Amino acid sequence: MTQDKSFISKEQVLHVAALAKLNLSDQEVTKFTAQLSDILGYANELSELELKDVSPTAHPIELENVFRDDTVLKSIDNSKVIQNAPESLNSQFKVPPILDD
Amino acid sequence: MEMPANTVKNDIEDFLKDTGFEATIGLEVHCELKTATKLWCSCKNSFGNEPNTLVCPVCLGLPGSLPVLNKRAVEYAIRIGLALNCTVQNSIFHRKNYFYPDMPKDFQISQYDIPINADGYVTLPDGGSVGIVRAHIEEDTGKSTHFSASGRIHESSATLIDYNRAGIPLVEIVSAPDITSSEMAKAYVTELRNIIVATGATDGKMEEGSMRVDANVSVKRIQDSELGTRCEIKNLNSLRSLGKAINYEIKRQVDNILSGQKVVQQTRHFNEDLNQTVTLRTKEEAEDYRYFPEPDLVPLNPGAAWIEQIKAEMPPLLIERRRMVQDLMRETQEIDQLQSAIAILVDLNLDSVFKQTVGIGANPTIALKRLTNEAANAVEAARNLNPEQFAKLIQLETDNKISTTQSKTILSKMLENPDKTLDILISELNIVSFGEAETTALVEQLIKDKPDEFERFKQGDDKVTQFFIGQIMRLSKGQANGKLVTEILMKKRNQF
Ligand SMILES: [Zn+2]
Repeated sequence: MTQDKSFISKEQVLHVAALAKLNLSDQEVTKFTAQLSDILGYANELSELELKDVSPTAHPIELENVFRDDTVLKSIDNSKVIQNAPESLNSQFKVPPILDD
Repeated sequence: MEMPANTVKNDIEDFLKDTGFEATIGLEVHCELKTATKLWCSCKNSFGNEPNTLVCPVCLGLPGSLPVLNKRAVEYAIRIGLALNCTVQNSIFHRKNYFYPDMPKDFQISQYDIPINADGYVTLPDGGSVGIVRAHIEEDTGKSTHFSASGRIHESSATLIDYNRAGIPLVEIVSAPDITSSEMAKAYVTELRNIIVATGATDGKMEEGSMRVDANVSVKRIQDSELGTRCEIKNLNSLRSLGKAINYEIKRQVDNILSGQKVVQQTRHFNEDLNQTVTLRTKEEAEDYRYFPEPDLVPLNPGAAWIEQIKAEMPPLLIERRRMVQDLMRETQEIDQLQSAIAILVDLNLDSVFKQTVGIGANPTIALKRLTNEAANAVEAARNLNPEQFAKLIQLETDNKISTTQSKTILSKMLENPDKTLDILISELNIVSFGEAETTALVEQLIKDKPDEFERFKQGDDKVTQFFIGQIMRLSKGQANGKLVTEILMKKRNQF
């Protein structure tokens, strides 16, 4: 494994956590830095492959142009829509105010 | 009232001249596509429904749901690309990651480095041009309503989310930073709107939010080569707000620099009540969208044959429709003064009835004037005018058989009564034709009755013309044609 070399810094972990609106304890930062580094290190093994003659692909499956016809189908019942909402008002999802400044 | 707007415009121009600054503006225009269903799911694409009634696991972002691309949305996006002179190319979709409750998946499916349409331009009515960097497909967000006792956005105590709009197909049209003033920005948005509405892909209703504009504004000293730091003003939903927000922002940034401060890159919101832009968020963190290719969607490669087919099935482009009207007006002397009327005719979708009416032989200038003035007040009815009856009416006016006033009266009745023929309308309105013969008879009678006035007229007192016209209008109960009376009087003066 990649004990000696970390593929992600603590600062990067804190940055990603901030983007995801997560508050991490120092302990968690240490733990997730190691875990994320392991994942990135594993993915990094791909760079050891000889890929000079392989053209970049956007998708692993050789498919293109998968479409749906523009035909209306029934939506789901409103009571089911807000069934899992922690809070709702007038059939709408109620969330804390989203403008924070 | 035009005055205040002009004053503001000149104020800003003067202000920039005095301070030696210039503005650089780029616009991002989001327009909803008029598809029957959403972009990734089969929920109905519709405005003004009860909250959260047009949603399903896909557009609610529930785990395990998968997007499937709406073919019609792609066709509409390609129409827009073609109308904006873009290259339509193979493209892929990306995830744009950010946390905001109106985006239920916590990412928006959009296009990033390879958009479907790239490198186009829009030609403005004054001959100027604005480059189009890209016009890509993405999904709309849900609609959030902020509420608070005061009703002010910064004091909202909770936010309610309706996801009916989430997943509605959008095309985002990104202009090059070629725009230099609020007036040019408004001209660009107006022309862009007309162009894309003519494709049938979108209805361009700013007031309903189906077309929304973000403005990137920066200022710099004229002699500097590097652009200044820009601020983005989000969600401008009327031309008026667009103009005001840009002018406010230009002034704010120049004032900032002149007072020794720096312009901070940030996203701003235009407050309609305060008439000013206010900070929404600074850019530093929000910029980091961590785009990556959407693994649940395959590449979109429309291919030349399909693009050709879309081009062939598309309604004629705005510019072609204007050219068609211009061609029909070739012979007209005043065509240069009529260019804006031609644009209005096409924007009102009255070019088809114009074409048919002129095709039958009606005078194009009169047809254009009647359609863009009187008929424009009843535009639905005007589109359904019977070209034959309308052409006959214009012919009567052209031949001086009826006056312009009479013609307008008949036209307004014709618009209200599409089933009645011209002859019936004329008899119902008691329109009496005062053609050359009838008018000449009246003029001759008047000359006999008022020899003194006619003598003064003969001596060259042209003011008497008004007296004669007034008398004849009285005799004819307002139905005579003043222009024709003048012509006949002149003829009589030369005869005697
Ligand atoms: Zn849906």
